[in-house]
Order: sequence, then structure tokens, then C-alpha cells
Amino acid sequence: MAYSDKVVDHYQNPRNVGSFGTSSEVAKRSDVGVGIVGAPECGDVMQLQIKVNEQGVIEDAKFKCFGCGSAIASSSLATEWLKGKSVDDALAIKNTQIVEELSLPPVKIHCSVLAEDSIRAAIADYRKKNGVAAEAAPAAAH
Amino acid sequence: MAPKLPIYLDNAATTRCDPRVVEAMLPYFSEKFGNAASRNHKFGWEAEDGVELAREQAAALIGANPKEIIFTSGSTESNNLAIKGAAEMYAKAPAGQTGRGHIITAVHEHKAVLDPCKRLQREGFDVTFLEPGADGIITAEMVAGAMRPDTILVTIMWANNEIGTINEIPQIGRLCHEREVILHTDATQWVGKMPTDVERDCVDLMSWSGHKMYGPKGVGALFVRRRKPRVRLEAIIDGGGHERGMRSGTLNVTGIVGFGKACELCKEHMEQERDRLVKLRRKLETELSRRIEVTQVNGHADKRLPHICNISFGFVEGESLMMGVKDIACSSGSACTSASLEPSYVLKSLGVGDELAHSSLRLSLGRWTTEEEIDFAIEQVVKAVEHLRTMSPLYDLHKEGIDISKIQWQAH
Repeated sequence: MAYSDKVVDHYQNPRNVGSFGTSSEVAKRSDVGVGIVGAPECGDVMQLQIKVNEQGVIEDAKFKCFGCGSAIASSSLATEWLKGKSVDDALAIKNTQIVEELSLPPVKIHCSVLAEDSIRAAIADYRKKNGVAAEAAPAAAH
Repeated sequence: MAPKLPIYLDNAATTRCDPRVVEAMLPYFSEKFGNAASRNHKFGWEAEDGVELAREQAAALIGANPKEIIFTSGSTESNNLAIKGAAEMYAKAPAGQTGRGHIITAVHEHKAVLDPCKRLQREGFDVTFLEPGADGIITAEMVAGAMRPDTILVTIMWANNEIGTINEIPQIGRLCHEREVILHTDATQWVGKMPTDVERDCVDLMSWSGHKMYGPKGVGALFVRRRKPRVRLEAIIDGGGHERGMRSGTLNVTGIVGFGKACELCKEHMEQERDRLVKLRRKLETELSRRIEVTQVNGHADKRLPHICNISFGFVEGESLMMGVKDIACSSGSACTSASLEPSYVLKSLGVGDELAHSSLRLSLGRWTTEEEIDFAIEQVVKAVEHLRTMSPLYDLHKEGIDISKIQWQAH
């Protein structure tokens, strides 16, 4: 399969790889939201962590991804887009924008869906920790 | 010296044609272009001489009589002819009825054996698909346990194409001869790499291909035993009655000449080639296992072909691993589709698929593989796995001591 140059670039130089602590550490931090979506048997697991400041702005974002090159690129790109955005603006990121930016072929659209879901899951986790009611179920269809 | 990229480690898929083979073939394109069946002129005689020399070279490689060699288009055709041809010939009941006879094979055979067996199953034959143990090997004991009074054919490959494990062919052959059951073996990965003696090893039918042993594509052979027992086959391709009536069609003289030369070269170089490849394969496996944790070499540790290495790495996904080893031409052990990491049916049969998040590579060596290339491959695989693990959330969980198979994942 031929990958777009942008996918190859994110694969070779992934942005913002990492986490803000071990799974038990971040579970206790109210300024960090964690989203983990996918399953090993499906070949994709995406983990997205956002660090939100008191103004409700995403100061930093980190990802880890077990998946194909397109999944890695989608989550890497998501962290770039999240940084500096308010939580509300972050929710406006759509998987179709990721598809467009990375020129993903139809068989790889699910990678972008996973990235959108991981954003929503991370924000839901952050809001839950801070006593805000979770949003309705993710809009993205799969 | 840095090797030329990409390096070729997919010799189990196909091999480069040896230049000496090409040289032997060249005159048969436009000088000695005759039809080997033309009995009345020099052109035909020259072509026939070329074919008969090849028949001798092929027979010599496997300890057979030249009269026992049937030329085909390759192993797929040889397997089809052997399996369907023997089943039809030795059937216990006429076509259209059930209970036509029992056939024994194994779940991790090549598709070119499994699919003919499945077709026969639909046509009234019973088929037992043996399951190997975790080491991938089919033993004589397993075959004996599946034998029935109406068993007419056993078809077990000599060595597996994905993991290189060697089945107990001489022992299975002796068992079959005792029970008067025909034994066919798909020896595509075996012949030319390992010493073969169909007489000693009690093989009745054996398939192999030119292009897996430095010969041309589109040509192969089927060994058909002529005595003790004399094996008869129902032809699949009818026509001019070539190849003792078992395979009609004008002989692929050029290909056959190349096939014969390839057999001769394999016989000549087998021992030194085997020693060299075993050393290189061991280096590859030892270094990868030593430098990368949670790595598994698939298949029996010793009972394996010299040139095939199948290795799994935990916590990395198959497609991204292939992306990371882009300078190595090799096969993915995981038949990875866009959305799922599905281990191949061969690895699954060994229970490798039970461990969730891993991916496998099949690296297969050949006559021109150098130590520099192996060193390069080791570095690139290590680098790719390390790169992917720095990104893998599953590797983090592993380091935290969490068993990922115990987690409730939200599958999409």
C-alpha cells in the first residue's frame, strides 16, 4: 500500500508521543483527560491524553498508538491540532478533516474515526473528573 | 560494505534464477526451439535430448528413476494432479456417490493442497485435517491415529512454507507403505535445500517447483513412483498423451531445461549452502531474540529448514512493522487487512494467534544472501520494533505489569 507523504512523515517523526504518567497516576489527575479507544484484536489501540489549564485550554496533548501507519499518523496529527484549543473547540474536530489532511484512502477512514473518538473520550474523561456532565455519545458513525 | 537496498529476504516466495540456469536455457528459445514430441527431425531430437537430460538431473536430485519424473507447470499443478489424480484412481466408489475413500492431510498445508482436498470432500471423499502441536510438526503417530480401513491417500508437506518446520516424512512414508496407502508430499520448500531420497524415505508422489530453487517460474515436477507400489493417476489435463499420459500438453522445453540445471546445481552445492544458511539464520534469530524482548521464533527450534525464519514481536502491529522494515523485502506473517491483525492460518494452527497484540515476519534466505545483508536486516528490524514500541500503549501496559488480555477493550 502506498502511503501519503504526510502519513510517512508522521510515522517516522511522530509528534507528541508519550503520556503524563502511568495509567494509575493519570487516573488521579483532574487536569488530565485520558481517552483509550480500539482493541488489540482489531489491530488498533489509540491512547490520547490532554492536559487542560484553568482557563479550559488544552495546554499539552500526548498520544500512544498501536496500529497501522495511518492510525499512528491520525493520532499524531490529532495531538498537534489539540494543543492550544479550548475543550469546546477541540470537540469540533471531525474525522473528515483528518482524512483530508492525511489523504487517507477509504480503507483507512476508520483510523480517523478512532482519532476523533479518542479526542471525545479524553474530553469526556476530563469533564467527568471535573464534575461536568459527559456529552452525548460520539457522533461519528462506524 | 553497505548492502544494496532493498535486500531480498523472501526466498520462500521465489528465488532469483541462477545465471547458470539462464545460460543453459538460452539456446532453447531460438536455436534448439523444436517440439520435444517431434520424432522425425533434428529440431525435435534436440529438444527431446534437452528434456531427457533435465529428467535425469531432476531424478538424480531426489534418488528417483528418470522415468518417474512428470514435468508440470509448478507445484500447484503437481499437487492437484497427485491429489485429485490418486483420489480418482483409488476411489472406493464411483463418482456421484459418497464414501469414496478417506484422505489425510493437515490444517497448515499450502492452499494448493488444502483446496484440492476440499474439492474432493465435496465430491464424496472424507478428509481428515490433522492439527499440529505448538511446534508445528506433523508426526507419524498423528497420521497413524487418523488412519482408517478406507484411507486411500495421505498428503503431508515435507516442510512448511511459512515456518519452515519439517514433518516426519520418512516415518510417515514407512507407515503408509505398511498400510498400503499412497503418500504424497508437497516438497516445494524442501527439495534442493535438503537431501532427498524417495526410495529410502518411502515417498510415492512428490511435488516441487523450479522457481523456489533458483530455476525459472512456470515449471515444476511430480515424482510418480513406478514400482513397489506402481502408482497410477487419473490425468487432469487430457490431450496428446505427453508425460506417460499423465500430463498432456507440449512440453515447456526451455523451462524444463532450466529446471534440470537448477536441480543439478542444488545437488552440487546443497551441503555447503545449507551450512552457510543455517549459520546466517541462527545469527538472525539469536540477535533478534537477544536484542528485542517478548520475541518468539515460531515453529520447532531445530527441526526446521535452513533458510526460513518466522518470528513474532509483541506489542507492535503488523502493517506498521512492514512500514518500518521498508528496506527488507520479506513477508508479513500476519495476513493483516486494513482493520484487523489476523495471524495467518498457519501461525493460528500453532496457537500463535492466541497471544493478541503481536506481529510476525517471515524472513527467508537464499543462495545470494550475505552476512552484511543479515546484519542490516537485524539493525532495521530492531530499530523498527523499538520505534513502534515507544509509541505502543500496549508495551507501556506490559511494562506496568498489566496483562492486556485481561483488559475489557471497547472493540469497534
